[in-house]
Amino acid sequence: MSLLFFAFLALIALIGASGVILSRNAVHSALFLLLNFVVFAVFYIMLGAQLLGVVQVIVYAGAIVVLFLFVVMLIGGDIGPVRSGLRRYARWVAVVSMAVFLLIMVLGLARSLPPDAPAAMAPEAGSVQVVGQVLYTTYLLPFELVSLLLLVGMIGGVVLARRYRSPMEE
Amino acid sequence: MVPTTYYLVLAAVIFAIGALGVLIRRNALIIFMCVEMMLNSVNLTLVALAQQWGNLIGQVFVFIVVAVAAVEVAVGLAIIMAIVRHKDTTNVDEINLLRG
Repeated sequence: MSLLFFAFLALIALIGASGVILSRNAVHSALFLLLNFVVFAVFYIMLGAQLLGVVQVIVYAGAIVVLFLFVVMLIGGDIGPVRSGLRRYARWVAVVSMAVFLLIMVLGLARSLPPDAPAAMAPEAGSVQVVGQVLYTTYLLPFELVSLLLLVGMIGGVVLARRYRSPMEE
Repeated sequence: MVPTTYYLVLAAVIFAIGALGVLIRRNALIIFMCVEMMLNSVNLTLVALAQQWGNLIGQVFVFIVVAVAAVEVAVGLAIIMAIVRHKDTTNVDEINLLRG
């Protein structure tokens, strides 16, 4: 039953991922990306990481996709054909190389774990309390560095998006 | 209970789709979305293995990756906006100012 549910969700995630790279309109791409992110949130919850599932919805589906949609609306979503400017064979080289890459990764991953290795983590192990405990004690320094990074990113975004004015005009 | 390997394989497939998108699309915005998708698939790998080994470090790492991805999107989209203002295009083939 849970395997069937997983297969269903995996199919939706693959549809979302393919939609991102195949749709001609950037707005559609962003919405397919949203579909992919939401399915991933469900995967996280299935894997016992409730906090990350919620964070996924808030940060990725909420903030990042909305930011993408803002920019797409701002600069125009009509993008033109999928393979504009690419030589015809370059596209097939990309497809074949990615197929080989995927084959190598799947072969490696399929052998990396024993087929019936039991999952060691209890379902409630990813709750806010447990993850917060680790995050605010053992990993306090990385956590604070991330807050610094967010500050730098915010300033960088403001500086880059500001209209540039040359000193000559002033 | 879904075997962890299935999650790993699914993440690999989505990573490959994202990398393919980076290679075949010429629009900077779509390329950026594909990079986000690839980051996400790696996050799924980390969460699946965290559950497999009963270790929370994977989840903490994903938490930090999510924050970095958010910063990356903010700065990256600001760069794309600046490029559009400067050259009025998002096609990465036309953004070749540094080419000699």
